[in-house]
Amino acid sequence: MTNDTDPVLAEDPITGEEIELPADVEVGEIIDSPVTGTELEVISLDPVVLEEAPELEEDWGE
Amino acid sequence: MQIGILYSRIRKDEKLLLSELRDRDHEIAKIDVRKERFGLEETTADVEDLDLVVDRCLSTSRSLYATQFLDSYGVPVVNSPETGDVCADKAKNSLALAEADIPTPATEVAFTKESAMEAIESFGYPCVLKPVVGSWGRLMAKIDSRNAAEAILEHKETLGHYEHKVFYIQEFVDKPGRDIRVLAVDGEPVAAMTRSSDHWLTNAAKGGETATFDLDDRALDLVERASEAVGGGLLGVDLMEVGGEGSGEYTVHEVNHTVEFKALDAASDVDVPATVVDWLEAKAAAAADGGAADDDGAGDDGAADDGEEVTA
Repeated sequence: MTNDTDPVLAEDPITGEEIELPADVEVGEIIDSPVTGTELEVISLDPVVLEEAPELEEDWGE
Repeated sequence: MQIGILYSRIRKDEKLLLSELRDRDHEIAKIDVRKERFGLEETTADVEDLDLVVDRCLSTSRSLYATQFLDSYGVPVVNSPETGDVCADKAKNSLALAEADIPTPATEVAFTKESAMEAIESFGYPCVLKPVVGSWGRLMAKIDSRNAAEAILEHKETLGHYEHKVFYIQEFVDKPGRDIRVLAVDGEPVAAMTRSSDHWLTNAAKGGETATFDLDDRALDLVERASEAVGGGLLGVDLMEVGGEGSGEYTVHEVNHTVEFKALDAASDVDVPATVVDWLEAKAAAAADGGAADDDGAGDDGAADDGEEVTA
């Protein structure tokens, strides 16, 4: 989690474009890419690294 | 206190929990189960000093194994693996509710498409076919005719994982366009909402519209008993009204053990994450007391303080 109130900038791993993440973004959080709509997982915060999120699996849920 | 969060994906629900825990200065260990190994004696996850671990795994299989291993190391974990085991499987869930004399939809399990067909015909049309493990309304089928039943059973038998050859067939409950989700901690309701839709599936995950719901005495009793039937914990108890909206009669169709609550938090005036964290603090304190008692028995007085609140 970041303490800064400023948005966090990161590179979209699919398009390479710079995208803005919420200031309170967490490792493990899933972000919808504003460029492609693809689900991206936050892998690390320092530096900010995003990867394409795993596909939904059959036993996911509550 | 030191709280571990088992996870593989941080949803809005986990963010709400983490935010509340941090606001109260609790020390948090986020445990990504994908990165850890669980041995018979110990794990690579740093869990030794945790007062409580909260299972928030999105994956049911990971949830069941990880909690079982942590429990075997003596790490306090909610929900317990026993509760998870019952709630993760719809057949076990139905059995637990029935054994506790809680009204629940009539259900049969069959293991071949022929016997499943007999069960479907005995229920009549429509009836419902569900996977024994699954969530968010996925792969649920409302069967309106014999033709549809034959097609679905053949597809399941041919394409499915072995669990899809456990045919879980249930009466169709003609609910009044909505069902009721109650978030409860050890049987005590935190908040409740209705989920409404024109579709027969009303799950919030399927886009059902939510609204707060006031539980009457009958519903309160059923929630308490349903929680107890599955072993208690932080649970999502799902009820349907039978006999029309506001009838005061219910059937409990499911209890969920890694319950999502963001929709409920948005729909309700209750501060859901705060109430859940109140409960987690009480569970951690109780676990520490239990640990202290055990330690006292072993003559190690110094360990009694290990479970006291440790702030970040």
